[in-house]
Order: sequence, then C-alpha cells, then structure tokens
Amino acid sequence: MEAIVVDQIYKKFGKPAEPFWKRILKGAHANGNGNSGAAVQKNGNGNGAAPKPSVTVAVDHVTFTVQQGEIFGVLGPNGGGKSTLIRLISTLLLPDEGKISVMGYDVVRQPMRVQERINRVSVEASFFKKLSPMENLLYGARLYGLDARETRKQVVEILTRLGLEKRAIFSPMEEMSRGMQQKVAIARALLSRPQLLLLDEPTTGLDPRSKREVQAIVRELREQHGTTILLTTHDMSEADTLCDRIAIMNSGKVIALDTPQGLKALIPPKDSVETTLEDVFLELTGKKLVNPEEEADV
Amino acid sequence: MAALSMQLRASYAFMERNFNLIKRYWTWELVWLVYSVSDSLAVSFIGLGMGVLSGGGAAAPNINTGYLVLYLLIGTLVWRFLSQIFFWITDLINIERWEGTIEYTLMAPIHRITHMAGQTFFAVIYSLVFTGVILGVTALVFKIDLSESNLAGALVVMLSGSFSFIGVGIMSSSLPLLFPERGAQMSNVFIALLLLISGVYYPVSVLPGVLRKLAVISPATYVLEGVRKALLDGTPTIELWKNIWPVLLMGLALIPAGLWVFDIAERYAKRSGKLHRNG
Repeated sequence: MEAIVVDQIYKKFGKPAEPFWKRILKGAHANGNGNSGAAVQKNGNGNGAAPKPSVTVAVDHVTFTVQQGEIFGVLGPNGGGKSTLIRLISTLLLPDEGKISVMGYDVVRQPMRVQERINRVSVEASFFKKLSPMENLLYGARLYGLDARETRKQVVEILTRLGLEKRAIFSPMEEMSRGMQQKVAIARALLSRPQLLLLDEPTTGLDPRSKREVQAIVRELREQHGTTILLTTHDMSEADTLCDRIAIMNSGKVIALDTPQGLKALIPPKDSVETTLEDVFLELTGKKLVNPEEEADV
Repeated sequence: MAALSMQLRASYAFMERNFNLIKRYWTWELVWLVYSVSDSLAVSFIGLGMGVLSGGGAAAPNINTGYLVLYLLIGTLVWRFLSQIFFWITDLINIERWEGTIEYTLMAPIHRITHMAGQTFFAVIYSLVFTGVILGVTALVFKIDLSESNLAGALVVMLSGSFSFIGVGIMSSSLPLLFPERGAQMSNVFIALLLLISGVYYPVSVLPGVLRKLAVISPATYVLEGVRKALLDGTPTIELWKNIWPVLLMGLALIPAGLWVFDIAERYAKRSGKLHRNG
C-alpha cells in the first residue's frame, strides 16, 4: 500500500504586484504572466515601469509515491523545494494545486487523520529553550494523547540511548549543544510512534557517532515497526546507505527518481572510478554542494 | 470516548507547559508582580491625594478619599485580571513564534478548541492568583475594610466577564499569524481601546458622546460596574445579574467569533507560508 501519494503538487510563494481589485478590473489572471517556471523569482525590473509580480515557485507539479515501510530520500540543492514539500505533506502548508494523501487520507481535507499518523524532525531543533528535554517532550507527547508516566520512562530510555546524560534530560535545553538538541528533536518524533516519519535534514550538525546512531534508529524504525520514512539530506553517503529510492529535486521539480544504484547508473564512470551519488547530484543539478548549515529554508 | 480523553490530555499539555515556563521564568514573574503591585498602589494613591489635586487641601471635607481609593483600586484589579487573561490567550501564537515551536504545535492532531481551552483555563487560573496577590498587598497598604463587601459576587462578575475577554483574546491571537513581525504588538490596540472606553479609572459618564456609546459594547464596562457595586456598596449577587448577563451574552458571541477568525487566519498562514516565519 502507498504511504504517500504526491500528485501534481504545485506551491508558489509571494504575491502578485497588483492588488486583487485591480486584477479583477483588468480581468487578469491571478498568477501574473502565466509563466510558472520553477523556482523563478519575478521581481520589478527597476526601470520605473509597473512592478512585475514577485513570485517564487517552490514546488512545481511534483508527482511521486512512497510505499509503506520504504525509506524515501529527497535530495536537492538549497532552495530546491525539499522543505516546502515536507511542510506540504505535514499539513503545515496548503498546496495551490494538486493533491497529497498520507496513508489514504487527504492532507487538506482530513488533516487530523494525517497528523495522527505522522511526525517530523526539521533541520532546526525547535523547543522551549528554558524547559528541559523532559518538559519539552512531555508537552509534545501530551499533544499526541500519550500517557505521561509511560512517556517519562520512554524519554529517559530514548535519550540515554542517543547518548544524553541523565542530568541533561532535566536541565534547560538552552544549556545543550545543537547536536544534543537535535537528538531531543528526534526523540520527540519517535515518542508518538508515527507511521510516517518526515526527516528534514535530521543529522545536520551531528558528530559522526551521533549521525550513525540516528541512522541506526531510522533503520530500526523501519525494520521493527514498519515505519515509512521520507528523508531529506545533504549527506550523499547517508542517502546512499539508508534510502530505498531517491528523488532529486531542482528548482521545485523532480528531475530524477530511482534507487541509489539506478541513479548511479545514469552517469557513466569516469577513468574506471565508480560513480557516486554525489557525481549524479552534481551532474543533474549542475550545482556545487554547499554547507548544509547555509541551506535557505525553501 | 478515547478521542475525548486524548483531547483532554492535549488540553492539559498547554497548562502544564505554561506552569513549567512560569517555574523557569520565576524571576520575570516576580518582576512583573512587583511592577503590577506598584502600578496598583500608584493609581490608588491618586485617591488619597485627591483633596490636594482638587485644590481643597489634604483633608478636603467633601471628598471621600477612602471611597476613591477603593474605586481606583477596583479599576486596577479588574483591569489587571481581564488584561492578564487577554495577554495569555493572545500569547498562544506569539510565545510559540518566539520559541520557534509553532509548527510542531500546529501539526499535532488536536482541535484548535482544545488548544484554546488549555491556554484559556490556564489564563483564568493565573490571572485569579495574580490579581489575588495584588489585592492582598494593596489591602494591607491601604488598610481596606472589605467586611461589608460582597466578595463572592465580585468574583462571579469577574469570571463571567472573562468569557468575553477570552473571545477578544482568541481573535487578537490570530494577529501574530497574519503579521509575524508586528502581530503581537498590534494586539495591544484591542486592550488600549477597551481601557479607554470601559471606565477603568473613571465613570463612563465623563466620556464624550461617541466614546460613551462605545462603552456599551465593551464587556469591561459591565464587569467594572458590577464589581464596584459588589465591593463598594455590598450589592447582593442576585442584583448583579444585570451586569452579568450582558457579558455572558457577549462571551457567547465572541468566543465562536474568535475561533472563526482564528481558523481563517490559520488557513491564510498555511496558504501564504507565514507559519514558518519567526517574528
């Protein structure tokens, strides 16, 4: 069965330069000049002429499906539309066109059904900084209707497994490093036992050991609980080893979708050196990899 | 039943979180309490000084300073109570924008009314305790005799009035959704206008025509009048009904209206991508 069906999803940001009443009077189309080229910024031309619409197309008619229990990777350069796609799936954004369903439920028409089945880890670990991991996770768990006593036990179990000292579990989050905070974010997502876990660059900022621990947990979630995982990452080796299939996004469009092996087969080896996923990425997107910390969160 | 239990747990999540935040920010709470007590005392001292202020001398015979002090003190207390409720509810989105947790809360499988209920219940408890402390300190300073007052009646009027402030609070809590950078500050407009027209420190009869007419639609007008009747004149609770029913009626209209406005704002934020932006 399909865990996620993304069908012709289109999302743009920004607004047309002219107010709606002027456009109504002119009978103009709300999307400006009708050019829906992917991730194209259309700004004023600076020559004193009437301002042109300032619209960024973040996701441009994207279509794919993810099977239950699959680990599906989404790779793409900064501003490629990965985070927007995750926000659309997690009911935090409404699409302009197209349809997304999660476990058979429509994200727009049945958001609660979808929310019950998903959780998300984003690149920035967002918490009440003065509260401790225990207090933050208890808050998160209660929002998902979880029992407090059971949650307290699980929080200690998961966080100690992720390498946090017991003392840190009860100290304010602001005293923790970014990597530690990211581990707490992962624990928060695991607590609700989601059927679909959306991981938006979850290992960014983690040291190699923590990275491996998180990757092991991702595998374990799939093997033991059949959790479906959608993962965005800039770490090509992580994508290569973890993902069953990978979609490469560029300028809001999916430009390639296959297994890691299938993607590597797209680019012939040079000087008998085996093609890596990084080679494929660079070839297809035509862009250099950058520090993920600099990711523009589109 | 399971769904209801889940929603109740979720509602409690907001109360527990806020109690934890107060615990962690206790120094700020202390500062705020000292500020509020000082503010109430400062306003109430105007009553004691009214003889001098009116040119009649410190012991002007035609000025009942005790009555004036209590009149002003009631204004500060009722206003502190209602505005605290308002600000806690308005903070619903603002606090989460500040911390960056808004997306996590809004993608949780809870009804918005569950979200509001938790925050509101906390707001009422917090405001009652906070106002109670201010009353205790000011009563000690001014040696106020409340033996003839109807304290229970005053409490009933204040709690009844809180419903309409909850509605206004929910409505204005949508502003930080619509305007991430300045939404929280914009919500102060609501409270400033209500302060002006509701007769917090003066009777509404002194207001010019238009403002006097607006006072009729302010729930705070009825609450202040009712509490003053209960505390200054000892009016029995049953006779306070004419101050209670208008605010209950306003609450009945304003809470659903607030939820409706919030729903529209949330959908707009999700369509325009403003949910993600931190103010």
